Amino acid sequence: MLLNTLYLALRSIRRNLLRSFLTILGIVIGVSAVITMVTLGKGATLAVQAQISSLGTNLLMVRPGQRQGPGGGSGGAPSFKEADADAVLAQIGGVAAAAPEGRTGVTVVSNGRNWATNVTGSTNSWFVTGNWKLASGREFEDDEQRAGAAVCIIGETVRREIFGGMRGLGEQLRIKQFSCEVIGVLASKGQAAMGNDQDDIVLVPLHTLQRRVTGNQRVATLLVSMQDGTDSTRLKSSLRQLLRERRKLAEGDDDNFNILDTQQVAEALSGTTQVMTTLLGAVAAVSLLVGGIGIMNIMLVSVTERTREIGLRLAIGALEREVLLQFLIEAVVLAALGGLVGMIIATGASYLLAGAMGVPYVFGPAINVLSLVFAAGIGVVFGYFPAKRAARMDPIEALRHE
Amino acid sequence: MSALSPEVPAGLARAAADAPTAARPDLLASTVSVIRSDSPLIRLRGVTKRYGTGQAALMALNCIDLDINAGEFVAIMGPSGSGKSTAMNILGCLDTPSDGQYLFRGTHVEALSRDQRARLRRRYLGFVFQGFNLLARTSAQENVELPLLYRGESASRRQAAAAAAKALQSVGLGGWEHHTPGELSGGQQQRVAIARAIVTEPAVVLADEPTGNLDTQRSQEIMELLRGLNVEHGITVLMVTHEPDMAAYARRVVRFIDGRIESDQPNPLLVPPRPLHAPAAQPRRS
Repeated sequence: MLLNTLYLALRSIRRNLLRSFLTILGIVIGVSAVITMVTLGKGATLAVQAQISSLGTNLLMVRPGQRQGPGGGSGGAPSFKEADADAVLAQIGGVAAAAPEGRTGVTVVSNGRNWATNVTGSTNSWFVTGNWKLASGREFEDDEQRAGAAVCIIGETVRREIFGGMRGLGEQLRIKQFSCEVIGVLASKGQAAMGNDQDDIVLVPLHTLQRRVTGNQRVATLLVSMQDGTDSTRLKSSLRQLLRERRKLAEGDDDNFNILDTQQVAEALSGTTQVMTTLLGAVAAVSLLVGGIGIMNIMLVSVTERTREIGLRLAIGALEREVLLQFLIEAVVLAALGGLVGMIIATGASYLLAGAMGVPYVFGPAINVLSLVFAAGIGVVFGYFPAKRAARMDPIEALRHE
Repeated sequence: MSALSPEVPAGLARAAADAPTAARPDLLASTVSVIRSDSPLIRLRGVTKRYGTGQAALMALNCIDLDINAGEFVAIMGPSGSGKSTAMNILGCLDTPSDGQYLFRGTHVEALSRDQRARLRRRYLGFVFQGFNLLARTSAQENVELPLLYRGESASRRQAAAAAAKALQSVGLGGWEHHTPGELSGGQQQRVAIARAIVTEPAVVLADEPTGNLDTQRSQEIMELLRGLNVEHGITVLMVTHEPDMAAYARRVVRFIDGRIESDQPNPLLVPPRPLHAPAAQPRRS
């Protein structure tokens, strides 16, 4: 009986193709919106996580001043010294590497071209803390670091802008008043979480920066990377204690430096994108509900329009529940069909949009199945009332209906 | 719509039986609440249909007694509002009487639930309507299959298709299986409707003004077809009509007036059956 009823329902959908299509339009849009939003949101979360982890895992960034971020500034707080990094590595357990970092904006010239970029001064530990790899060339020699030799390692963006198709190794690059030899090229990392280009960089030994570019001993940032499995809370408190001592802060004084844990930033950022995803998904789910009301609307019209047909079916012996089931199945099949079409559209749309937005496309089976089931459920809920109305009809009245 | 419970009408039935009826006095003697094996196919006793209540109540049917035997061809006539349509709805188990008993093959129809009446309809009854009532944009074949799909007995769709094709053949529409109602003339549509009524091999075909929407020529063809069903297949045919020309095909005419049976007699105007045992008015093929 169920099979025959299903057959009758499918036949009546096929008989009204245009109306069936219009009926499912709301569901199609709802389902595709939900799936697209959630898929893109997932991709964005992944992208944020990937970018943060490219900063370096288990990385602590220590800067002078009470807080970081735009408008933070150092607020007159004294900068760090090179020795602070050595002390951190030597005196705190669980530290894998500690790199002092200074940075300033310069224009570099070579090969008849110039390029405005940042020059960063640090030690070889910087490769560990920043999770950097060399595409070619070598790291700094110890005596080059000590002496502040005229050597530099360039990022992929700088290499491309200055040297174009050439490798760049062994070339001379002029930074302000001095020339340095390019001894290495960094492997590309791409954009950072905030959209800045991490490959737009020239790295020189810290002493080279201090003596030849900035002319002072300041270290703007300490980069501290923790060993895997280290308790970051305890390490941060030891780090804070050590720095307070070294910066001669009295008891009760506020910290004049701050510690940023990239892990926390990563969690906060991906938390934010997840909240956004949920929010957008919920808004899209409302359109699914509207789609359900659309189905009920059309099913009610259909029941009224087909009153004589229903009367006939009842007269020739259809049971109440057979008519109910037929209209219910019609609604569910329509809704599920809408869900299926919506799924296909969503897959195409989120693939294209993910490409356009630069986030990875991740197929989420859970959200697809969930949306489909939800769509069918909407068919049941919103199809029941019209179906009940059809089944309850008096065959005599229905047959007389004009 | 409340049906009387079976035990209540026992007395009522006897009372109804005592009520004078113009027709078939010979049957009155056997009227008891117990149905004997030789009882007629259809038996109405004291059937009353009221619409509304109190002073404003309208008696559509007033204490009707009627017996119809298997194999009869009965025309039900009467002016508008005489109760003939109400009687037809009750006979077709689409409606239940307010009072009285309706026995169909010995079953108390007035005591049946809505679904039980539906099961009875799909097993024993076929319907032909004035307005054809075919499903639009649906082929003749699929229209005729419909009752079989509801009956669910002929499990396979292939068997249903074969039965439908056979029924269409028997009403002279072989070769028209895949035409939709929009592509068929009125007469052809009514033939499809008749095929749909007989595809379940029913005991009774109820036709409500089957020729009301057709011209004289087509009407006669449809009437010959109905008579053929009656004569050759032994199907009981009950037909409501207000056209004496059409009633003339029936062998018995029951006249209703003001909710009562005015007369019930063998048809004096019987149209001579055209070759009685050959197919009645074999329809044109195309």
